[in-house]
Amino acid sequence: MPNIRLIARLDVKGPNLIKSIRLEGVRVIGDPGEHARAYYQQGADELLYVDAVASLYQRNSLKEIVRRTSEDVFVPMTVAGGIRRVADVEELLRAGADKVAINTAAVRRPALITEVARRFGSQCMVLSIEAKSTGAGHWKAHMDSGREPTGLEVLEWARRAVDLGAGEILLTSVDREGTGSGFDCELVRHVASSVSVPVIASGGMGSLAHLREVVETGKADAVAFAGVLHYNRLSLEQIRTCALDAGLCVRTHAA
Amino acid sequence: MVDYGMGNVASVMRALRACGAAPTLTSAPEQVASASRLILPGVGAFADGMEELRRRGLIDPIHAFARTSRPFLGICLGMQMMLATGEEFGVVAGLGLITGNVHAIQGPRKIPHVGWNRISPSSTATNWQGTILEGIGSDNAVYFVHSYAASPELPSDVLAECDYDGYRFVSVIRSGNLYGCQFHPEKSGPVGLCILGNFLKAGGP
Repeated sequence: MPNIRLIARLDVKGPNLIKSIRLEGVRVIGDPGEHARAYYQQGADELLYVDAVASLYQRNSLKEIVRRTSEDVFVPMTVAGGIRRVADVEELLRAGADKVAINTAAVRRPALITEVARRFGSQCMVLSIEAKSTGAGHWKAHMDSGREPTGLEVLEWARRAVDLGAGEILLTSVDREGTGSGFDCELVRHVASSVSVPVIASGGMGSLAHLREVVETGKADAVAFAGVLHYNRLSLEQIRTCALDAGLCVRTHAA
Repeated sequence: MVDYGMGNVASVMRALRACGAAPTLTSAPEQVASASRLILPGVGAFADGMEELRRRGLIDPIHAFARTSRPFLGICLGMQMMLATGEEFGVVAGLGLITGNVHAIQGPRKIPHVGWNRISPSSTATNWQGTILEGIGSDNAVYFVHSYAASPELPSDVLAECDYDGYRFVSVIRSGNLYGCQFHPEKSGPVGLCILGNFLKAGGP
């Protein structure tokens, strides 16, 4: 079985690392660069930077943070938030990002997915979906940090995006995000078992049992978490060791 | 380092600097031909990569460099283009530094292959001593992201392999002074920096 990727997620507003609950109600945590470096040193497999207000204000302020982070962080970085054009992608890649995750602009103009994939490769084009449950077994995609309904059914949208060139899917459960109450494993499995590209489960990690559940039941290919790290509830080392003890495939980190 | 408009050159430059090197990024044919060490990075499609090299007049200088005994490293697409042909969007001629071809990965449940994976010695290269993989252990994972894989014709050109979801492919090639890695050493943490450091110390064949 392939290794599951452990991804440290850093939501950013302006110059600050923040943490929200259900993508709302922001609390300032500290300096994003300092946290990014610490998570790299502790063995994060990847970093995910999300500009939490970019889509709303139509700008992404992460470029400078990404550039500084990439000076001494040597694992892949994905950047999300407010990316609307191929030129935005180019700037972020040049700053040191390896992939971009796009939600709102891809919903508004799905051809953007194909443009980014053609220009930079599918591996660079991550589709970000913010999902809200609409009843048992049904989820709808939202945009603008979970604020605006798109009307799109999550799996249908995911499949279409893969056809258009998306090489990976970042799947955030708005219902669980920031709650620490566990991943929406049903949602993750619904998508991960039905698409041919890797799916990153995000939103809800509160304990090691949650990680195991989203991998074993949800079939997640990668898992992103933020709050447990920011609030020092779990360290990456603990997460990795416990994952290995539980028989999950993760890389062994060489310190 | 060859600048031909494809890929994360800034990240590779930063990683080389972290290893203590002072790399030059260039698309000038004469600088490419006369470099003391050459790195061909790359992310993207095979045909686009070859076209960008051709447009900048870099194919002959790369060949000229490769004929010397100076160390050469292709990374990801840069490695794939070292082969004779690629099959992404039709059959396209590569640099032909290594005989063999590049083909789409088939079989695993999820493609692209994205993530950290261990590399293992090939049947012909049981010992990595004196190569860019010196000091790399069987537990050390490196970061891959690709949908295509290289198949050198000569088993002796294969230095390391990798297993992804039951699919075995070539992760490092070596022919004399020429090296190529399918993974991204610049994104593989301390293990990747060690590999780049080894390349910076590598002599000729």
